[in-house]
Amino acid sequence: MHKVRGFIAKRGTISLIGSLVSIIVGLLLGLLLLLYFNPTYALGGFVKILTTGFGSPEKFAKVLYQAAPLILTGLSVGLAFKTGLFNIGATGQYTVGAFVALVLGIQFQMPWYIGLIGAAAGGAVWGFFPGICKALFNVNEVITSIMFNWIGLFMTNLCFANMPKMLANYWGATNADRTANLTRANRSAVIPKMGLDGLFNSNYMNISIFIAVLMAVAVYIVMQKTTFGYELKACGYNRDASTYAGINAKKNIVLSMVIAGALAGLAGGIYYLSGTAQYTIVKSLLAMGFNGIPVALLATSNPVGIIFSGMFVSYIQVGGDSLQPEFAKEIIDIIIAAIIYLSAFALLIRGLISKWISKKEREEGEQ
Amino acid sequence: MSEYIIEMINITKEFPGIKANDDITLQLKHGEVHALLGENGAGKSTLMSILFGLYQPDTGVIKKEGVEVKISSPNDANALNIGMVHQHFMLVERFSVLDNIILGVEPNKMGVLRTQEAREKVIALSEKYGLKVDPDALVSEITVGMQQRVELLKMLYRDNDVLIFDEPTAVLTPQEIEELLEIMRNFTKEGKSILFITHKLNEIMAVADRCTVLRKGKYVGTVDIKETTKEKLSMMMVGRKISLKVDKEEIETGKEILAVEKLVVASRTGKKNAVKGISFKVRAGEIVCIAGIDGNGQTELVSAITGLMKVNAGTIKLLGEDITRMNIRNRSKTGLSHIPEDRHKHGLVLDFTLEQNLVLQRYWQPAFQNAGFIKADAVREYALKLIEQYDVRSGQGPITIARNMSGGNQQKAIVAREIDKNPDLLVAVQPTRGLDVGAIEYIHKQLVAQRNAGKGVLLVSLELDEVINVSDRILVIFEGELVGEFDPKEVSIQELGLYMAGGKRQDDLTKEGA
Repeated sequence: MHKVRGFIAKRGTISLIGSLVSIIVGLLLGLLLLLYFNPTYALGGFVKILTTGFGSPEKFAKVLYQAAPLILTGLSVGLAFKTGLFNIGATGQYTVGAFVALVLGIQFQMPWYIGLIGAAAGGAVWGFFPGICKALFNVNEVITSIMFNWIGLFMTNLCFANMPKMLANYWGATNADRTANLTRANRSAVIPKMGLDGLFNSNYMNISIFIAVLMAVAVYIVMQKTTFGYELKACGYNRDASTYAGINAKKNIVLSMVIAGALAGLAGGIYYLSGTAQYTIVKSLLAMGFNGIPVALLATSNPVGIIFSGMFVSYIQVGGDSLQPEFAKEIIDIIIAAIIYLSAFALLIRGLISKWISKKEREEGEQ
Repeated sequence: MSEYIIEMINITKEFPGIKANDDITLQLKHGEVHALLGENGAGKSTLMSILFGLYQPDTGVIKKEGVEVKISSPNDANALNIGMVHQHFMLVERFSVLDNIILGVEPNKMGVLRTQEAREKVIALSEKYGLKVDPDALVSEITVGMQQRVELLKMLYRDNDVLIFDEPTAVLTPQEIEELLEIMRNFTKEGKSILFITHKLNEIMAVADRCTVLRKGKYVGTVDIKETTKEKLSMMMVGRKISLKVDKEEIETGKEILAVEKLVVASRTGKKNAVKGISFKVRAGEIVCIAGIDGNGQTELVSAITGLMKVNAGTIKLLGEDITRMNIRNRSKTGLSHIPEDRHKHGLVLDFTLEQNLVLQRYWQPAFQNAGFIKADAVREYALKLIEQYDVRSGQGPITIARNMSGGNQQKAIVAREIDKNPDLLVAVQPTRGLDVGAIEYIHKQLVAQRNAGKGVLLVSLELDEVINVSDRILVIFEGELVGEFDPKEVSIQELGLYMAGGKRQDDLTKEGA
């Protein structure tokens, strides 16, 4: 028993258990909601949520396909958290990233890797503005990035609507409300599949999940092992002490937002250069960027943890989608949201576990 | 009626890696001032937090008037008429004095606030105990001493009869300390009982009736103040003999290290100048002390020298090099170290580990990084060296989160980091604030060692004992100007006090430059 508790008492382990427990609690709440909305199909539906993702290679490919951008937006939010900033602008950066990637791919007929670099650059620019406003004028980054979310969205919509070559109807389809099907417009702009599509028997499968995991590892190394990461974290934890130590806090705030923006922009590029997604011109912000927030929270902003929390959120979404038609799309969204947001209580659960351990140890000490 | 109003019997409390209280018994008599003495990390604050309901003891019982009670929250403590003045005040800055006093027990009629009665009660209390405050002033606009009075009034307003003072004098000027001790005497005359946490022996001798001493979480003993001496108390507290005097030999001063010329610095609010044309020099091998009452421009002067604030006019030269507009990192490279006034705000990144904090000023040096990658082994090795050399104690060594360390050891870590940089000029601002005699002795020795090694030390202190004991030369600052220069061997505390309060000044000083 002592050995077990010694293992549990390690900080990393407590984080992990905290996340797992909150996931279970979230799932139980999901089950309750299922029972409330449609008791007949509730249990079957619950099993579906849990198993669909692993049910077939195709579905698993879908999980990985959605996980890649989620991991990247999660990294974006998580990295900013570590620097003491709340990047609620991930969705705007994601949108601008998608815009640049698609323009490069369709309008300028560039290959996919140029598109991805452009996406990251576009997102970086969109992160730069809130960063510089925060650093120079101390304007709260939440306000600026929310405004930039909308600016990014409408700018993208406006541009696409006025760029005939970008739209699907230019390439032989009928609809003018979305961007062109990339496989028709420019095959070289589609992210390579390297035979993975055959392996998984799914069109959704490409190398983007590896790019996302690679970025997560890179962020981990930067934050943990480099002087740059040390400075970013120092600024996040205590800006005054960083200034005192001669760290240029303003520069680090801007850089942190630029990198966060680049990660979110890359997410947009990866999703829309998959060849299976088309950007639809609508007046609502894209959920992928916001979902980065629970992904980051669930992993307590740990870059390696974000790989798994991104996969989890994606898995639940794929499972949820399979509940149709027994459950309405909106109800599924509510259930998924309940699961995800309850899962983000990881920090709370972590505190409870620490408390429980010290109490147990005390009781044993008394015996 | 029981002889004791409060008894804490066989209290034990353990935190991960450390036994903060180990079988401690404390008995408070009716109407006495009972001092609780111990080094940092001895367990004083933990014990008082248990009494105030912030922590639960693992074992042991608390009795009030001989009846066992359970205190599981500050609300329970309040219900038992136990009040506490925390070391860091618990006030809402943007509320008025009156609002702060009634906070939590707001008098109301069906939810509508009724302050008139409260106001009368507060005014009556403040007259009775000589605690003058303006009930309508905003807390953010009154002095620290005033804020403490608000805390005292909070307890009186709640009719508390057991008052816990957690290091109340740490933030006060000498005059305010005198007043506070007088107020405490008044409280006991009115039948209130006081628990007084401190490690200032002078104050204990002046005001306490009895004293309980803790050491490393263990109970050492309880003594009658009438039958003891400062030396005996410090011996009990530290477990060894402590010299309360600083040993210092005469040495020749050498070349000029720091030269400040007609320096003007705006105040932090920017409305007027806080430093008004100050000039002075620090030479190699001397400790120059800036003495003054808090808020007379010391903070701004130091901030300008260390680079935290911009200079409006004048020059600062370090080793002959003009550093007036140099950034902080380059000042540090030129040979400046800074032990900051506020160790939590500036001195440490509290959520970093101890080792990360120890390299805060040098993580960028080639010894600790290669092409931007931190050399974890080198950092660990360096941290272990400093921890050993400067006796920094913590639960888990280099990987302890700085937040979980005691105040004294946090300060030791900062001192270790700044001195180990081997600076030509060490700027130390209240380096011993809130520390116990053991740590104070240690830090004073380090300052003197720097001086003996031919470095310059600029010390800013509010403690006159420290000013007289440690420095080679004293400069008194009043309202942003230097008003006197003294040799510590030839000046009395009373004389200094006069200059600090603006009652006297040496007129030639500002013209010539000290």
